[in-house]
Amino acid sequence: MKIVRYVLLLLAALSFVYPFIWMISASLSSEHGIGSLTLLPVDLTLRNYTTVFERIPLGRAFVNSLLVALVTTSLVVVLGAMVGYALARLRFRGRNAIFYLIIFTMTLPFQITLIPNYITMVKLGWVDTYFALIVPFVMNSLAVLLFRQAFAGLPQALIDAARIDGCSELRIIFQILLPNILPTVLTVTILTFMGLWNEALWPLIVIRDESTMTMPQMVTLFSVGGRADAQLGVKLAAAVMLALPILIVYLFFQKHFIRSMASSGLKD
Amino acid sequence: MKKLLPYWLVSPYILYFCVFIAFPVVFSVVLTFHSWNIISPMEFIGLDNYIQLVNDRLFWQALYNTLRFLVVHIPLQIVVALALAEFLNQKIRGQAFFRGAFFLPVIVSGVVVTILWQQLLGFNAGILNRGLTALSLPKIPWLEDPDIAMYAIALMATWKNVGLYVILFLVGLQTVPVQYYEAADMEGATHWQKFRYITLPMINPTIFMVVVLSTIGGFSLFIEPYIMTEGGPLNSTLSAVMYIYKQAFQYYHMGYSATLGFFFALLILGVVAIQKRYVEQEV
Repeated sequence: MKIVRYVLLLLAALSFVYPFIWMISASLSSEHGIGSLTLLPVDLTLRNYTTVFERIPLGRAFVNSLLVALVTTSLVVVLGAMVGYALARLRFRGRNAIFYLIIFTMTLPFQITLIPNYITMVKLGWVDTYFALIVPFVMNSLAVLLFRQAFAGLPQALIDAARIDGCSELRIIFQILLPNILPTVLTVTILTFMGLWNEALWPLIVIRDESTMTMPQMVTLFSVGGRADAQLGVKLAAAVMLALPILIVYLFFQKHFIRSMASSGLKD
Repeated sequence: MKKLLPYWLVSPYILYFCVFIAFPVVFSVVLTFHSWNIISPMEFIGLDNYIQLVNDRLFWQALYNTLRFLVVHIPLQIVVALALAEFLNQKIRGQAFFRGAFFLPVIVSGVVVTILWQQLLGFNAGILNRGLTALSLPKIPWLEDPDIAMYAIALMATWKNVGLYVILFLVGLQTVPVQYYEAADMEGATHWQKFRYITLPMINPTIFMVVVLSTIGGFSLFIEPYIMTEGGPLNSTLSAVMYIYKQAFQYYHMGYSATLGFFFALLILGVVAIQKRYVEQEV
């Protein structure tokens, strides 16, 4: 019985892992070798990769993606911690109102704000700029709620002691409290970074200029727009390069990734 | 000064809320009564957009496509995720490896998964059809047949997301008290009986969470059909978001596109509210 269970699990795991292995080895194969189902590349070649770089400025898109994801994620952590701290530890008029606004924001489908937000970008003159990719994402309701919850769980003595020592509130947040809630910081970082790295719809809307495009957008247009011709290997190579950075980070932080996603699904 | 501090700290949220939530929501309502191509001035047209929406066969087709997607995607997602979670919830070696494997597609961009599955679902060279051929079964035109393409995309979406729900179910399964199973063992319950009468009722909240999350996910479907089939064949995989996108950025019908978005968002809120209400009754 136990063996059956292992075999079934192994088969299931294989069906999730094997396509990725196939994708990587196919991207390293020559065009006629792609049809095969082997684990290892057929006629090992980097042609597909060099072709991608010849046809689209993917290097530039990589830098754009990295820049946008890093800057935005940092801002989400900083701003989310500020708002979360105020909501968790300070008493002020309108605190509950803001809390409910955040809950309301989270339930609002993005389809309703999509077109008006694009128009805002046009009116601000932000189309084809990094601002359009960064500013609408610097605040994240889920991040605020996660920070609020984590800050609420810390002992008041920690804050009192820091205040007696004459710490400013910002120093209390970032120097005293944040190091005590590193798992939450990591969760917010992983969720935000992953979401931004993989986001394709919004860039497709606000960016037309190739030099500002992010990786998922570039790869999407490459794959839909016909510049990959019908060459499967070239499309796959582009997809592999889009997946690789996240896959590498995932290999190192697997446990944290899974924990983050589990906590994102659990609404309180 | 001290009194102002909390407001200073929450000001980024207020600003964000005003610019990216409150204004767009109000403005989208205003837009629904206008015709606008962004360049020339807005023109008030009353309820024309709504009349157009009611008569727009393509929009209803897109909604129908979403429905077909959800009907396959949600049950499949729950059954597969629950089965895998049940297997993983026992004493098993290599837990971390299995979880890591199922989770792999979750972290990768939908763009990658779609390009990959485009090959897997190919009629002649695709792995799935080769498998069928090897079993001497007929090949399936996964992406070529309008009656099948949306279900093929639902299959792919399940493969992509199921790892997340495996994790959520595992969390849920671990909240079931062991005593219940012990008591059932004393009574001589079978494995299936234990699952049916203890596990299933106890993880009901997780099941409904999965239903709500995959409903919202299904309603946001865009990049997968956009890359895979560009909405075809015969608009059979045109999703609502894709249609909203097309109206705005191919035809520059901003007012009409906003109307579609507004109507669609209300629909989502309604569906999710009904689901939530049902959960609250059940629990």
